[in-house]
Amino acid sequence: MLKNKEKNFERNLVVKSSTDNLSIIREFTTTSAKECGCSEELTGNIILAVDEACTNIIKHAYKYSSNGEIGITIKSTQANIVILITDSGEHFDPENVPAPNLIEYQRQKKAGGLGIFLMKKLMDEVNYKVLRDNRNQVELVKHLK
Amino acid sequence: MADFNVSSRGVGSVNVLDLKGYLDAHTAPELEKAFNKLIDEKSFNVIVNFRDLNYISSAGLGVFMAYVETMRENKGDIKFSNMKENVYNIFDLLGFPVLYEFFKDETEALDKFKVQG
Repeated sequence: MLKNKEKNFERNLVVKSSTDNLSIIREFTTTSAKECGCSEELTGNIILAVDEACTNIIKHAYKYSSNGEIGITIKSTQANIVILITDSGEHFDPENVPAPNLIEYQRQKKAGGLGIFLMKKLMDEVNYKVLRDNRNQVELVKHLK
Repeated sequence: MADFNVSSRGVGSVNVLDLKGYLDAHTAPELEKAFNKLIDEKSFNVIVNFRDLNYISSAGLGVFMAYVETMRENKGDIKFSNMKENVYNIFDLLGFPVLYEFFKDETEALDKFKVQG
């Protein structure tokens, strides 16, 4: 449940696709989530889910090029907190990403493959789509009970 | 801005990595460097002390996944200590407690290494 039920709450941020900006993204997410009344625990979960989504964009959509843009919109209604994250990089199909197998990853000395699984654990919905202008969009949704 | 810091200290035959700040995809390479240095020095008994670590993302967790096998192949291990609850919860969500040892305090982790010889 949100403490401040501001109607049509919405905050936006656009940053370049560099891991250097992950701290700016975290600050923006923290401030926005708190402004719309999220608890500390919920704020923590949203920060991490957004970080994971943006890290995936930098890594997979932009292949570590820092020339791309990442747009983040955080909005809340009475029922949901919704975060929309957009990029103009390569399309990425999360359906092709298998559930992580820690024992196997460890054996292979593999460092990646946990982000999407973590996002799904932290949020109620993780939806991917390609927008009409061909940008990619990740939608993170948390239902407020 | 120093978001993250890792420093290494020797305690007997064990090396302790003290982590501070925020461990994410931007700062994880610093932790990788610290592990590579330990491997070069053939220091395979490692405790990671999380006392001053405020935040971890999957990029940080991935570093442990990538290095633990090398330590274990050389009869060592990576053990974790002094983790804040919010940080532990992320390890827990991903199932790490089945594969790694977590200790409330660094001395408990040191004792475990002593028992294992």
